[in-house]
This record gives sequence, structure tokens and C-alpha cells, in this order.
Amino acid sequence: MTAVELARAVRAGEKKARDVIEEHLDRINTTEPEIHAFNLLLADEARAAADEIDHAVANGVDPGPLAGVPIALKDNLCTRGIPTTCSSKILDGWCPPYDATTVTKVRAAGAVAIGKTNLDEFAMGSSTENSAFGPTKNPRDATKVPGGSSGGSAAAVAAGFAPLALGSDTGGSIRQPAALCGVVGVKPTYGLVSRYGLVAFASSLDQIGPMTATVGDAALLLEVIAGHDAADSTSIPGPGPSLVGGLNDGVEGLRIGVLAELAEGVDTDVAARLAEAAAALEAQGAKVGEASVPSATLGLSAYYLIAPAEASSNLARYDGVRYGLRVDGPDITSMYGATRAAGFGPEVKRRIMLGTYALSAGYYDAYYGQAQRVRTLIIRDFEAAYADYDLLLAPVTPSTAFSLGAKTADPLTMYLSDVCTIPSNLAGHPAISVPFGDDSQGLPIGIQLLAPALGEATMFRAAATLERAAG
Amino acid sequence: MTDPPVTTEWEPVVGLEVHCELLTDTKLFCGCRNAFGDEPNTNVCAVCLGLPGSLPVLNRQAVEFAMRIGAALHCEVRPSLFHRKNYFYPDMPKDYQVSQYDRPINVGGWLELADSTRIGVTRAHMEEDTGKTTHVGESGRIHGADHSLVDYNRAGVPLVEIVSEPDVRSAEQAKSYVNELRAILFAIGASDARMEEGSLRIDANISVRPAGRAAFGTRAEIKNLNSVRSLARAVDYEIARQVELLEAGGTVVQETRHWDEDAGRTSSMRSKEEAFDYRYFPEPDLVPLDPDAEWQAKVKSTLADLPGDRRTRLGALAGMAPADVAVLVELDLDDLVTKAIDGGADPRLAVNRAANEVAGHVGPLGIDPVSFTTVLQMEADGRLTATQAKQVIAEVLAAGGDPVAIAAERGFEALASDALTAAVDEAIAAHPAEAARLRDGEQKLNGFFVGKVMAATGGKADGKAVIALLRQRTG
Amino acid sequence: MTEPISRDDVAHVARLARLDLTDEELDRFAGQLAAVLEHADDIASLDTAGVEPTAHPVPLTNVLRDDVVAPSLDRDEVLAQAPATEDNRFRVPRILTADE
Ligand SMILES: [Mg+2]
Ligand SMILES: [Zn+2]
Repeated sequence: MTAVELARAVRAGEKKARDVIEEHLDRINTTEPEIHAFNLLLADEARAAADEIDHAVANGVDPGPLAGVPIALKDNLCTRGIPTTCSSKILDGWCPPYDATTVTKVRAAGAVAIGKTNLDEFAMGSSTENSAFGPTKNPRDATKVPGGSSGGSAAAVAAGFAPLALGSDTGGSIRQPAALCGVVGVKPTYGLVSRYGLVAFASSLDQIGPMTATVGDAALLLEVIAGHDAADSTSIPGPGPSLVGGLNDGVEGLRIGVLAELAEGVDTDVAARLAEAAAALEAQGAKVGEASVPSATLGLSAYYLIAPAEASSNLARYDGVRYGLRVDGPDITSMYGATRAAGFGPEVKRRIMLGTYALSAGYYDAYYGQAQRVRTLIIRDFEAAYADYDLLLAPVTPSTAFSLGAKTADPLTMYLSDVCTIPSNLAGHPAISVPFGDDSQGLPIGIQLLAPALGEATMFRAAATLERAAG
Repeated sequence: MTDPPVTTEWEPVVGLEVHCELLTDTKLFCGCRNAFGDEPNTNVCAVCLGLPGSLPVLNRQAVEFAMRIGAALHCEVRPSLFHRKNYFYPDMPKDYQVSQYDRPINVGGWLELADSTRIGVTRAHMEEDTGKTTHVGESGRIHGADHSLVDYNRAGVPLVEIVSEPDVRSAEQAKSYVNELRAILFAIGASDARMEEGSLRIDANISVRPAGRAAFGTRAEIKNLNSVRSLARAVDYEIARQVELLEAGGTVVQETRHWDEDAGRTSSMRSKEEAFDYRYFPEPDLVPLDPDAEWQAKVKSTLADLPGDRRTRLGALAGMAPADVAVLVELDLDDLVTKAIDGGADPRLAVNRAANEVAGHVGPLGIDPVSFTTVLQMEADGRLTATQAKQVIAEVLAAGGDPVAIAAERGFEALASDALTAAVDEAIAAHPAEAARLRDGEQKLNGFFVGKVMAATGGKADGKAVIALLRQRTG
Repeated sequence: MTEPISRDDVAHVARLARLDLTDEELDRFAGQLAAVLEHADDIASLDTAGVEPTAHPVPLTNVLRDDVVAPSLDRDEVLAQAPATEDNRFRVPRILTADE
């Protein structure tokens, strides 16, 4: 059952939220040992929350649009009194004294948090192998990675552990694992969803978004978490968009451009599905053409300077003074160095090093400053493309899920696989990954729809059309 | 014989950086109380502790105080941006300080000292304060401490850092600058400017150069100046140190130096770490500030009367230089004096009596403009001698009351001008020879007659009035 | 246009970032950073004259809150998270000064 169906049944009193939770916990008990989607399972809390929802329904109180639906939370979302690890040793034992705004919102809508999902440490990675607690496996093929950094959330949805999950997307961390696990993943417009309580990786790029089995569930979840939050200065004023209502509106008359620069150099199976997706949209009445965002490919370099630079500053606070891990030393400088050396994994250290270097005296203009200018160029090129098109179509990843360990030795190769998702983060634009068939090995392929800022409603119409076409 | 050594005239060049804490109710980026002296770590939250996932939201009142400070210092308000200044220190919860860097809110102003010297203000920007570190160990200081303890109540308190141009030329002027700045900050309600509570802190950039040379010498930055007195001492010390060094053929090193109040000297603070590299970049969690004209005008309209304007106004009214009435403005006595002058009192007398009699009074002022004016007029009319007037003022200051009644009670009114004239005439009649010599121009005999009149009146006569009468009778 | 990164550069950056790295890590990061920065040559060498940098993807200005006190956290809860405390404060090892 989809989240939409579950919530309807629970609200109508046709199904008990407690039963919904038990069904999901059963599935988790069976498969989770192999998949390792969760850092922490909240079984007792979920049961208690489900009972409360059932109690409310019994008393004629509507628990909300997500009534009784289990939701998996990426473990970089703060949960009051519940450990939040970011899959890092450095946050050892830390319990946030507050909930992330998105966590508050999904709970208020009746969703039941079922667990905290695994991720690449501090969301830095594309395979969930950079977790201090071991990798997550792809439920479609446990020898493959689930993608990352929201690999645990993607796997949780793909494995049926929860119909809904929240992920975070800094350079593709929702869309890429969604594509690799065969689920839907949405990176909303920057500022549409509050970042308050999301442990920062790269503040000017991070967005929280839905990861779900269906486009309809994603629309419902995004409606719940979107909207202004006074606690986040970068939050866009006003209420969130209305999405669910337009899902059946189709794409008749929409102008959709296949993004040439990102369609190049991808695996043949991916290219084939992309072409099929374009054809399917055209068959539904969209005007499909070829669009160009010439600076899009420069996004990779810009991203791998901006994100580490911001990260190097965001992660400075993990210093062994106020919370988390401390490795003692005779003086504060040695304590800092030892704590951070022991607490961070290799990928996090690498990015801190890269970011510190990019910001350091003498290099700022060539690297960080230049990357920020490239960001402007990308925004301009997108603007030009959106003068001709309502939406853009692109692959999510150049290839399907790769084997565990295949890319860990060479960070640059791993980084290169983010090329299709990064431009949306740099521009602050929304994008969605929709499952669209498999490759020859039976591994899922995702197709990406990109929209201009706040273009979610149109984007979801096309995504729903693609989903129907995929069958 | 050799020529005496040529002594270079050295000109000190001083620039001041003043950090002042703003008088907001809450911190710069969170709703925690901005209060001094509370129990440690009680005014802290996710934001000001830099807990993972927390985000800053800028305090509107802090921005308005910053704009007020800018307006009072004749700065231009510009679109501004916060940056992160990255360095590790335990008093900074995020290990970066959020501060305005190359786009400060206020630029290009000036501050006028009481003597009308203008000191340029380069910028006045906003930033967050750090927490407070206490060093534990024998010495109680950072040096040689066993370990340190951190209280984050102050972390995130809003600061405005006011950076002067290197226009200050002496320790005395540095003192005047800071005192004037404090008076302004206090007047506009932006800060309580209490140095003893650390709500106003000063760093001084000091260099010397041969007089007449345009280029600046190498400067040292002096920290830990906890009072205006320390500032003046440190500036004097540092100037002397640099001059001595240069005259001995040495060079000044650009560095940060620590003022040791007890030892009365500065010492190098060279860090063990490599040179600071703050890796500034725009704070992505905050959006730019761009106050429109309407908002700026609104803030300006709430600006209180500034000390400089008050000095100019009172000086003009009293026919004196602004510097000569500075003390009255400093002590908030300008209103009293202005009302007295408006009420008909002699301006100079009003200024003098206020500066000498009222200024020194400790405790609540019992005198109001009406009674002050009355005393001044009684003195001018000769109904009170200067000494008597001072006594009446003192009594009214302490306990209030009607000056006329007080003077009567004390019998001061016996010396109305008729009685005095009679006494003078009697003295002249009794000493015709001395009167003749006075008439011939022997001025010292004035004293002789004043003495006689004093003796006759039991000391109640006003010396000046006696002399005036003598001149009238013998001139 | 980029110069190769020396091991000394990497060591300097590690000190700035307060990361105690092993010799092996210094060598490895020197190579990996060089590879990423070499890739970044495509933008480092780009002519961007007249292009304004984008720091914030959403063009908002003047986002402010009222100066109203909100509850702070419970001190015991806060200090319970700390690795070391003393006297209701966070305890840290000695802070070195110039001549120590
Ligand atoms: Mg400063
Ligand atoms: Zn706070």
C-alpha cells in the first residue's frame, strides 16, 4: 500500500496505525540484517506513536494527512532525545535537545518515525560506504551500493521498511540513491523546506526532501514539509505549493527539453531509458526538444570547491568541547587535533582538507570565488533554457548501482558520478528522480526532471506522467 | 667639539578599534537573554551553542542599534553581508565568528571631540561576541593555567566594532575619543558602554613616524585595554617603546601585544600557531542586509540628542567655546543651565556655578531650573555674595527648598545694596587719608577698605561689590 | 595553472583544520587533493570577468526576528552532553600561549 492509501485507511478507521507499524517492523526484522538501512530503529517509540494515532482516530480526531504512515528519517535530522549520529563517530552519544522542523511537521501530520537511517558520514559520499557504522546494501541487489548519501533512506523505502523517508540532497544525495534503489526522490527548491535541524554539510546547497515509493507519496510528503520557517533565514516566505491535486493533469502542451550536456557520456542502458522517457512524455502531448545548459558540466568542479569549503567551516564545531567525542590531550590544540582525527572518517577529512585549502589565503579567488561565479553562470544558463522550456529532462546518474567497494579507492571517480545532479543544487532549483525501467542486469534506472525555482507543481505533473508510462 | 646628536621628532599615529555590546534584550542570532552576570551557561540554546542543525536568525533591534551608531558617527549605511571568520578557540561554539567583513553596514564617518578635532571612523560593523573563558591554576591567567572553563552566556551577544582612522595623535586624544564614543553610545541607547563589565572593549593600533613624514610606521596592535586609563597608559608606553627601539636602530615588528596593567607594559602575544588564516567566506545561513531609505530614516528619527550637538548649542547660548561647556554636557547639566539662561540668568555665571557647585554634588539633584535661576539672579543683583550664593546652592542641592527663604533664614538678605553702600561710605569717612591715596590710584588700598567693610558687616559683604562701590565713590 | 600541492601545504592545511594526520594520510591527501584541483582547472582558468559571485541561491534580504526573549536550554541537559565540565562550565585542556 502507498502512503496515500495507508493514511486514508488509518484516518477512516479501516486500518489500525499499530498494525501498519507491526507489518513494517516484521519486514524490517526479516531483511534489515542484510540491508542495514538503519542506524537506529525506533520500534517502541513507533508503537507508542501509532497507539496514540489509533486513539485519536477512535476519538474522532483526525491525526493528519500522513496518519499512521511509517517514516524513516535520515540520521542527520535532529530528533529530540534520540541519538543523531550523521553516521560519524564524532557525534558519539550526542542527543539533540530539539527536533528538526521537518521532523516536527511530519509528526504533526500523523507520520510515525520508525528509525534513523544510515548515510555517508555527514552526507559526504555517493554510496553510503562512508558510514562509521558500515555500508547499507542495495535491496535490489545486496552486492551493490544503494547510492548515497541518503542510501539508508532509499534502501528503507525500496525494501518496504517504510513507505516514506526523508533524505537530504546537497549534490544529489536524495536523487542518486533514489535512482539506484528504484524509488522516487525529490530535491526541492532551495528554501522551500526548512533546514532547521538538518545537520549542515554545505549550507548553501543542502535541502531536505522526500524519498518514497511513488510520485503521489512524494507529493503528499513534500506538501507536509514545505513552507516558511522563521527559524531558517533562508526559508522562502509563504506557504508551500499544492502538488497532489495536479498529479493527474498530464503534460499536454508542456515544453520539455532534454538536457544535452548531461545526456552525454552515460551508459547505453541509461541513454536508452532517457530516450524512452522523452518519447513517453511526447506521446502524452509534451513538446520535447533538446535544451542546452553549457556551464552545467562545470558544476562538478564548482561543487567540489563550494561544498567542501562550507563543510570545512560547518564541521569545525566538532572539537570535543561541548558534545560528542573527545580524545584528550595535554593542551587544547592537541585535544582538537586528536579528537577530529579519531572522530572523522577519511572522506570527511578529505573534504575538510579540500575546503580548508580552497578558502585559505591566496587560493580563495581562484577556487572558492571562482566557483561562486560559475554558480552565477549556471543560473544564467538555466534561465536561458527555461525561456524555451518548462522542464528539463536528464539522467540522474551516468550508470546504475555499482558494486560495493568499486569506487572507494578513487575519490575523484566517485565524485564524477554526481555530475547530473549537482547543477540543480548550485542553482537552487528543484529536481526529481523517477524510476523508469531497469538496465540489462535488472538494476533500476532513474530519470530526472528539472524545473526552475518553485516549479515543483509542474515538475510533479510530468513526474506522475513518467511514472504512469513506466508502468 | 661634535655637534649634539640630531633628535628626530616622532609623531605617534594611533587607530582605535572599539567593540561595544549592544543593549538588546536577546542575542544577535537567537532568543537567549543578553544579560551580564547571570549564572554560567544559563543563557544558552542550540543556536548560540552551535549545536548541529541549528541556524541563526538576525535580531532586528541589533541592526537598528548598529544603524543608530552609524548615524551618530555620520556614517553611510550600505548593503551589508555577514561572513564567517574561521579559527578554533574554545570560547567560540561554532569555531567561527559571524562578522561583517568586506561589506560592513556602516562606512566612512567621523567623531568630533570636544575640542572640535575630528577623528575619522572607517567603519562600524556588526558581529557576535564570544563566550567567556576562565583559566584555572595557580596564576589564574591563561599563561601557566592548568585548564580552562568556558561559559557561553556571552557567546552570540551582539557587538558593533567601531574602527577609527589612524587619526589619533596622543594618549590624551585616545582617551577623549573613547570617552566621547562612550557618551554617544550611551546617549543613543545602543550600549551601556561599561568597560568594567566588558561591554566596551578597546584595541589600539599604534605606530610612530618621523614628524612630517606621510608614510605610516609599522604598527603594533595592543589588546587587553580594560579602562580608559589603561588605554592612555598603554599608548604612552607603546609610543615610548617604539621610539626607543627606532632610535636604537631597531625596527618595530607588526604584531599583537598584550597590555599588562600591573607591570605597566606591553608584551608580545605571538601565537604558537602559524599566522592566522581566517578563511573568510559569506555566511550561507544568513541573507544580505539592505536597509531601504525609509527604514534608515525611521532609525535616524529616533536618534537622541548627541553630546557634540549639546555642547555646540550650550556654547552658543553661553557665548563660550563648546569645549568649555563639555563637562556640563558630560554630567547632563546642560538642560539646567540652558533653562537658567533662558530664565534670565547671566550665562557665564550660570555655567560657572553649574560647573563648580552643581557638578561636584553627589546624590540626587535637589535643585531645579527655577530655584537655580533664582539663586543666580540674587547673586547678580548683589542680594547674595558669591560665597553666600554657593552656600544656598549647596543647601538647595542637598535638600531642595526655596532659595529666597533659605537666604532669609540665614540672614543673607541683610546685605542688600543700601546697607552695603552705607558701610562703604562710613569706611571712607572714617579713613580720609587712605581714601585720598586710593583716589590717587593706589589700588592696593582697595584691600584695606574691603577689610574695614567686612569687619563692619560681620563678613557678609561681597568683596567685588565693595570694590565696585569704592570705585564709584572715589573714582 | 594550478601548482602541485606539496606535502608541506597539506600539513599546513591540516593544522589549520585541526586534524592530526598521519604521514600516510598526508601523502594520500596530497595526491587526492591535487587530482581534484587539477579537475577544477576547468573553472580556475575560466574567464569570469564581470560575473558576480552567487553566495545564496535564493535572493532574500533583511530576514530579521523581533528582539524577544525565548526560553534557553536547561543547563543540566546542556552540560550532560559535554565530555568534561567543572563549576557549571565546559572544561577544556590548557590553552597554550606564546612562550609555553
Ligand atoms: Mg572584530
Ligand atoms: Zn541562544
